[in-house]
Amino acid sequence: MFELLGVPPQALMGQLLLGLINGAFYALLSLGLAVIFGLMNVINFTHGAQYMMGAFVAWMLLQYAGIPYWGALVLAPIIVGATGIVIERLLISRLYHLDHLYGLLLTFGLALIIEGLFRQQYGSSGLPYTNPIPGGQNLGFMFLPWYRGWVVAFSLAVCLVTWFTIERTKLGAYLRAATERPELVQAFGVNVPRMITLTYGVGVGLAALAGVLAAPIYTVNPTMGSNLIIVVFAVVVIGGMGSIAGSIVTGFGLGVVEGLTKVFWPEASATVIFVIMAIVLMVRPQGLFGTPR
Amino acid sequence: MKKILLGGLAAAALCVGSPAPASAQFSDGVIKIGVLNDQSGTYADLSGQGSVWAARKAIEDFCKAQKCFEKIEVVFGDHQNKADIGAGVARRWYDVEQVDVIVDTPTSSVALAVSQITREKNKVFLNSGAGASELTGTACSPNFIHWTYDTWALANGTGSAIVKTGGKTWYFLTADYAFGHALERDTAAVVEKMGGKVLGKVRHPFPAQDFSSFLLQAQASKAQVIGLANAGADTINSIKQASEFGIVQGGQRLAGLLVFINDIHAIGLKTAQGLTFIEAWYWDTSDDNRAFAKEFAAANKGNRPSMVQAGVYSAITHYLKAVHALGSDADGVKVVEKMKETPTDDKLFGKGTIRADGRKIHDLMLVEVKKPEESKGPWDYHKIIATIPAAEAFRPLADGGCPLVK
Repeated sequence: MFELLGVPPQALMGQLLLGLINGAFYALLSLGLAVIFGLMNVINFTHGAQYMMGAFVAWMLLQYAGIPYWGALVLAPIIVGATGIVIERLLISRLYHLDHLYGLLLTFGLALIIEGLFRQQYGSSGLPYTNPIPGGQNLGFMFLPWYRGWVVAFSLAVCLVTWFTIERTKLGAYLRAATERPELVQAFGVNVPRMITLTYGVGVGLAALAGVLAAPIYTVNPTMGSNLIIVVFAVVVIGGMGSIAGSIVTGFGLGVVEGLTKVFWPEASATVIFVIMAIVLMVRPQGLFGTPR
Repeated sequence: MKKILLGGLAAAALCVGSPAPASAQFSDGVIKIGVLNDQSGTYADLSGQGSVWAARKAIEDFCKAQKCFEKIEVVFGDHQNKADIGAGVARRWYDVEQVDVIVDTPTSSVALAVSQITREKNKVFLNSGAGASELTGTACSPNFIHWTYDTWALANGTGSAIVKTGGKTWYFLTADYAFGHALERDTAAVVEKMGGKVLGKVRHPFPAQDFSSFLLQAQASKAQVIGLANAGADTINSIKQASEFGIVQGGQRLAGLLVFINDIHAIGLKTAQGLTFIEAWYWDTSDDNRAFAKEFAAANKGNRPSMVQAGVYSAITHYLKAVHALGSDADGVKVVEKMKETPTDDKLFGKGTIRADGRKIHDLMLVEVKKPEESKGPWDYHKIIATIPAAEAFRPLADGGCPLVK
């Protein structure tokens, strides 16, 4: 068997698969961001905090109501999505006529406040959450935990359904039309503000869903989102701001690139995504899948 | 992304006794204690407000045992784990706010900076939270005492215990910054000295979220022991994911080189069981400790104190004794000299001594995390499997390279 730079091919296969699994998280998170930006033109910096809320709500459901993981998978996105709707109605909707920057500052401030409140209540070191499907399968080249397999399959399904809904259904067509020409769509009798509100709710719900998926494998603490959100923004920028397909493909792709970096040059694995982002921005400023605005 | 610095002023004016004949001897009539630590980040649970509470408790207990004539105040500040911010707070406290002593201060980079400033201003710095053994080595200072633990003690304690029980081959998962490198280096030295072998290491970015790739590399090395030379959320994530990938079931052992009880609480016993590491203090070892922990829990959302918070209590108790014996808090070097002369004795750490290089000496414990069925409830986490006697627990005085040691 051949070796690539001293790494046996079996180990490489394992790392590729792991990269894909991490990519699933990036894809799911950047999907929510892309939906919100693509359809509302809001740069949602609260996304990381909403991901964190998803994980915490899953923990609370288990702790206070005895609702296990599978229930939380459905309930947590709905609960957090509802808080998103309240935020959109009360705050974000007032900024639509202003520059993007104001929405960014508002959501960034909200993220800090939410993180602070959770830290005040639950401390900084985190909370335990048990893995709902322990064990795994030895694939020969690596041990694949069942839970990781589930994460990849489930995220991929969610990504595809979201993409299909927005790009290929009538509802999606309304949404896209409402972004391009809100007055015209309104004139056809569609309630555009309500549609936008629901879109934000769905985007936030996607963040919370990723949070629930993360709870059994990452630490559930108030800063778990802010650590991840910067990478996810880079993914969205590389994929092309607002491009749904772009964020999915880039999410998985960058997961793989990062995974390979962890083998060949582990110290650089935190930076590699930003290097790619810089290169993409220089060569193709609208992102890999974006259209020039 | 961090919050605005709050110089958090909470003056706990305690022990204002009868008209004070002695108070004039204390600088501006007040002993002012500054608790400088992480109030909002990853170390906020193991230090943070809990350490402020411990400081106040130490004053309260001290003044109960003997009459305090002077006024004693506690202030606190958030260094956000950044050396420049910590140094700024320390300067302001010493120059403007007449703080006499700074305590706690986790995060080695901040501690090194504050130690330097304390020396310049001739005040006192009692560190409980930081790890770097340089603080009493090449960077030692006559104004400084390192109270609770250090990287050398952790490496030596955990490393030798695991090699002795058969963990001969090691692979390190190291956080890629000064603290991680120091911990890896110190542990590797112990392992090799005891006849073990280091098969490899991987340096992960700090902080990291996903460790599966690094864990898989560690697994592929076939080392018997995977040493986690990291801390806080990185350690928690490593342990959680090691369990997911069946590392321990596969026959490899995890060695947490710096683990606090708060980390175990965050991981949960089901995942953390069997982990061995070093503690300087555990709440469930004596009636005094249990009583202290109970009061602590009532004031801190049900949490139990960490060894760092207990160390703050112990350090302040000893400081107050020394200041009272001297009748003055003005000269930092003199206060620290007095503290070194006097054997330490308090209800949490028992009897101990302070060496010329500023190292506080006491027994350490090697603990193992209980199985869920062995635990009687929340925070009942540790089984003490060995005690490392004070004389062996810390780096020999001559080996540190501290200029104060002649």
